[in-house]
Amino acid sequence: MRRDVVWRLVATLASGILFGVGLSLSGMLDPARVRGFLDIAGDWNPSLAFVLGGAVAVSALGALTVRRMRRPLFDDSFHLPENRVIDGRLVIGSATFGVGWGLVGLCPGPALASLSLGLPATALFVVAMLAGMVLHDRLPRIGAGRQGAGSGSNGLETGRSS
Amino acid sequence: MNEYWSALAGGLLIGLSAAVLMVANGRVAGISGITGRLLQGTQAATGTVFILGLVAGPVIYRFFSGAWPAVTVSASWPLLVIGGLLVGFGSRMGSGCTSGHGVVGLARLSRRSMVAVATFMFTAIVTVFVQGLFQ
Repeated sequence: MRRDVVWRLVATLASGILFGVGLSLSGMLDPARVRGFLDIAGDWNPSLAFVLGGAVAVSALGALTVRRMRRPLFDDSFHLPENRVIDGRLVIGSATFGVGWGLVGLCPGPALASLSLGLPATALFVVAMLAGMVLHDRLPRIGAGRQGAGSGSNGLETGRSS
Repeated sequence: MNEYWSALAGGLLIGLSAAVLMVANGRVAGISGITGRLLQGTQAATGTVFILGLVAGPVIYRFFSGAWPAVTVSASWPLLVIGGLLVGFGSRMGSGCTSGHGVVGLARLSRRSMVAVATFMFTAIVTVFVQGLFQ
């Protein structure tokens, strides 16, 4: 339905804005804060645990709501990952991501959101991050996979859901 | 104290963002997934709109609070490049980052996401610790 297409975009924009404002308010945008949170052996700043806690709590309400719905409000079916396989790609990929996150203190959301501040450092990080993503998709063996054009559709799926 | 309240309030908004996308569109608010698919040219319209909203976030925050959110980057330029490459490559290989696995995956009680979050939290903490040894 045409109207659904428009509403999907509206919901997507609202979601993006909420995410960006939430990151700004939470302190997650600041690599120094993030690294302070990760520095449990040093001058630990535990405040960012409240970001994840608050986010997961509200997100869980969404997940519970979704369970009672036959389809999402503006689409014919859900596009949520069903893959349950814990494999090397998941662990090695996550481990790699964690090293980069620790080194700089930026993960994809905050890195992109902070582009609006126009800082050369975060812009450089984003360029490298995008290059890393493209590199992953271009290396079929190491990246192992078809981040399936059709099947993909959500952030958590590997396309290996055989 | 303020630090904790703003962290919690920001977290609630991030959770609301994820809930909206799940309930309205049936999709995961995973930034690395959305960005990665955008780079592949799939779901370009929604991907672009989401990223625009995300980037507008700090601007809207500034409008209401009067100040930009703090962003203090201490990493050198080579480190920024290496870190960026690792974050981009790793988040795609592991099918998610802090948002997709952390905020959405944990909320859905996904075992894969629990493993992912435990793994990247561990390596990030170790990385910061090891870096501390050399400073």
